[in-house]
Amino acid sequence: MIAPQATFHSVDAVHAALARERYLADRGLATSVYLAAALEQPLLLEGEAGVGKTEVANALAAAAGARLIRLQCHEGIDLHNALYDWDYARQLLAIRAAEGGERRVGQLFTREFLLRRPLLEALEHEGPVVLLIDEVDRADDEFEAFLLEFLSDFQVTIPELGTAVARGRPLVVLTSNRTRELHDALKRRCLYHWIEYPSQEREAEIVRARVEGVPEEIAARVCSAVARLRGEELYKLPGVGETINWARALLALEDAELHETLGVALKVREDIERVERTRVLEGV
Amino acid sequence: MEKVNGGATVPHGGVRVTARLVALVASVRAGGVRAGVGELVAAHRALAAVDSASRQEAYFALRAALCSRREDLEPFDAAFAAWFDAYAHRPAPPVDLDAARLVLPRVAVPGGSPPEPGPVEAVPVPAAWSDVELLREKDFASYTDRERTMARRLMARLAARGPRRVSRRTKPSRRRGPHPPGARHDLRRTLRDSLRYHGEPVERRWREPSLRQRPLVMVCDVSGSMEPYARMLLQYMHACVAARRRVEAFAFGTRLTRVTRELAGRDHDRALERAHDAAADWSGGTRIGACLAELNREHGRRIGRGATVVVLSDGWDRGDPEQLAREMERLGRCAHRLVWLNPLKASAGYEPLTRGMVAALPHVDDFLAGNSLASLEELAELLEDQPTRRRR
Repeated sequence: MIAPQATFHSVDAVHAALARERYLADRGLATSVYLAAALEQPLLLEGEAGVGKTEVANALAAAAGARLIRLQCHEGIDLHNALYDWDYARQLLAIRAAEGGERRVGQLFTREFLLRRPLLEALEHEGPVVLLIDEVDRADDEFEAFLLEFLSDFQVTIPELGTAVARGRPLVVLTSNRTRELHDALKRRCLYHWIEYPSQEREAEIVRARVEGVPEEIAARVCSAVARLRGEELYKLPGVGETINWARALLALEDAELHETLGVALKVREDIERVERTRVLEGV
Repeated sequence: MEKVNGGATVPHGGVRVTARLVALVASVRAGGVRAGVGELVAAHRALAAVDSASRQEAYFALRAALCSRREDLEPFDAAFAAWFDAYAHRPAPPVDLDAARLVLPRVAVPGGSPPEPGPVEAVPVPAAWSDVELLREKDFASYTDRERTMARRLMARLAARGPRRVSRRTKPSRRRGPHPPGARHDLRRTLRDSLRYHGEPVERRWREPSLRQRPLVMVCDVSGSMEPYARMLLQYMHACVAARRRVEAFAFGTRLTRVTRELAGRDHDRALERAHDAAADWSGGTRIGACLAELNREHGRRIGRGATVVVLSDGWDRGDPEQLAREMERLGRCAHRLVWLNPLKASAGYEPLTRGMVAALPHVDDFLAGNSLASLEELAELLEDQPTRRRR
């Protein structure tokens, strides 16, 4: 291997490194991340919206001193969005230029005209890389099949140029929101971790780490309010992201009631009405 | 030593570790986790990478290697607890051959005499077109077992039809020349073609959006009053799960059960049996509102992305009609199209007067009977008809 990839000595080292980037991982997550790096296997993260799936990759890249390359999946994503494409417009211009005698045509399919998309970028990058394949459940089956191949070989063949092989295996993090079940074959290539909502104490720690200068009282209040909301039967439960935003909102307003800022945590009208009707937040 | 996953190898752990892991893999598999030799190798490597004397490290390492779904966590926890206590502090047992046989790939060695072939069961098929016609119009409630079997193939054909939508994935268009509606310029092929004319892009080429199957969510009432129909409607759901991608199936009575996994698989009778076992409150009472509330909350993600939702129920509801109305409104807003099938609608003079139906109907896009093959065909035609727009 030419480029040294991100490695950690132990599970504790992962935990400490992530904590330095203000990401407080639980033990299970730290173990999974450590294994992903040690075994060079992709890590598939699932969990409710806003529990910090994408944030893991950000913190990991910063902690390992690696470059973060992100591929946001969407419906209809294909090879040319994900891997490479040719710059056809420039090729056409090059043909025109050749006609005017300004340059020799002949080599149209060279690296000069190659547009490198995230996956190729991750493959060819010198130095450690964290590759984040975000919301893979949004892509369709065809793309999943291609990913499967990519993740097992870490090499791609561009017919006009030849085969590109990874210099060192990038650390790959996939996230999914479970809008659909991923194919079993893809899951089998990956280590799997389900991120739970953190406990109230841990969430308070997260708020303190993420929101600078937040008073103890606001952190505790927001976290206990969120814990109560998560016990309710709501359409959309608040995630950790909402907790942090709520703490920020209260900090900005200085002296505000929780129910005045409920819209930071709950985004469905029926949920807000329900919480106000049942007075869940009373006394927090 | 076997080479796996990008050049790393299984560390020398000796036969003893392997034997222990084989036992663990066998017991998580017994708990319904899909773990095979690949996972066994991964578990081996994971265990070697951490401090395997620590219960916690071993737990998380093996969990990451062996589980691949949230539902796997529970059987894994149980298997791990038993396994760690049994093995950790004792010398390893000899390789457990029974467990190894369960887990390791089988070699085809014929053993003993082959089993006697049982009596072959004849599968009735429609003999003539008139049979099919009679079957089409007949009410599911008066089907005989023989007719149920005959209807199976017709149902499978019906199930393959269903809603489609315009995808963002494009495909090369055959049309050339001026801009076809909705198409995007295909520079790749335009350039390739231009090579034929000395680099002159004479003909522009296009890519156009393709059609895909729209996600389909089916929610079937299996309470007592629906009993005559539930069996056939479940059969229809099974055919849909088998024939289409992205189908979610739920059964409900007093509570909601997801039966998609149970209905998957080609073996018809076993699939229905599994679904029957999974939905515990078969032929009991009905609380439609509460069940739809659970669908909205727990599975909202699966239906919030432009799915067609089909509810199969007679609307006899013992729950709170206000809740039903609220949840139907929410469902109608999230779904692309909301269809209600009520077998009672087929009988002459039916009026939707039950509390449940009155509460639900204002939010329903289409209200059909679904009591016979003919009416399921009507459903298929209706869904197939509109790839893009919905009526409201």
